[in-house]
Amino acid sequence: MMQAREVGAEIPEIEVRIPSRAEWVALARLAVATVAARMHFNVDEIADLKLAVAEACTNAIQHARESDEIVITCRIYPDGLQITIRDFGIGTEAERIRSRDLGEPRVGGLGVYLIRALMDEVEYRVEHDSGTVLTMFKRFGDSSR
Amino acid sequence: MDIQMQVRSVNGSIAVVSLDGEIDVYTSPKVKEFIGKLIDKGTYTFAIDMQNVRYIDSTGLGVLIGGLKRVREHGGAVTLVSTNPQTRKIFDITGLIKVFDIYDSVDEAVNALK
Repeated sequence: MMQAREVGAEIPEIEVRIPSRAEWVALARLAVATVAARMHFNVDEIADLKLAVAEACTNAIQHARESDEIVITCRIYPDGLQITIRDFGIGTEAERIRSRDLGEPRVGGLGVYLIRALMDEVEYRVEHDSGTVLTMFKRFGDSSR
Repeated sequence: MDIQMQVRSVNGSIAVVSLDGEIDVYTSPKVKEFIGKLIDKGTYTFAIDMQNVRYIDSTGLGVLIGGLKRVREHGGAVTLVSTNPQTRKIFDITGLIKVFDIYDSVDEAVNALK
């Protein structure tokens, strides 16, 4: 469940727009890693954030049909980092947010499973005619800052 | 960001595949093709050295799972080498730590296949 947080001039916001193609996902995760490093997340937390962002972008590329662009927005809050990943494609809700059961080794749903495991709050909002917004939040851990 | 791949043979039947770089949605198809070609040529026993893999995501895990499934159909096996805590953490979170045997050195991973 995503906690309601204010958005405004006092909350620093960084936005990165990438083409919805595999070769640009590395840029998205490096951008988020840079923001997280500036916020003094520790090395392990930065690795978690990079992976979560990459999984979200990969999900958008693989499932959001007819989407040219992915917008990654980082909002810096006193207690952590909120990241939204927005695509503008058409995709069914079921295939976009399905996680997986751990058991039989298979590929599908691993990305969503990892996002939910690595982030403290995760929320998908699927808008059937205008795309999907994934909002996720990671709090500073005890060893951060 | 790219991935470098090399293969050498041990005892004529075990392929030691060394990966160097990042395995993500962009590079994982290259890894899949590289390993797939080796399987197509009849190699079914792999030690995959990931000590120089600085990053892996679910698409990379998918390539490893796919390769494992293919070689198992022929009675083969896959062992992994990684000392990277983040890589091991991802295998742990996803439960793949129970699917793949992960070793600290290539020698250990190869010996486990003999």
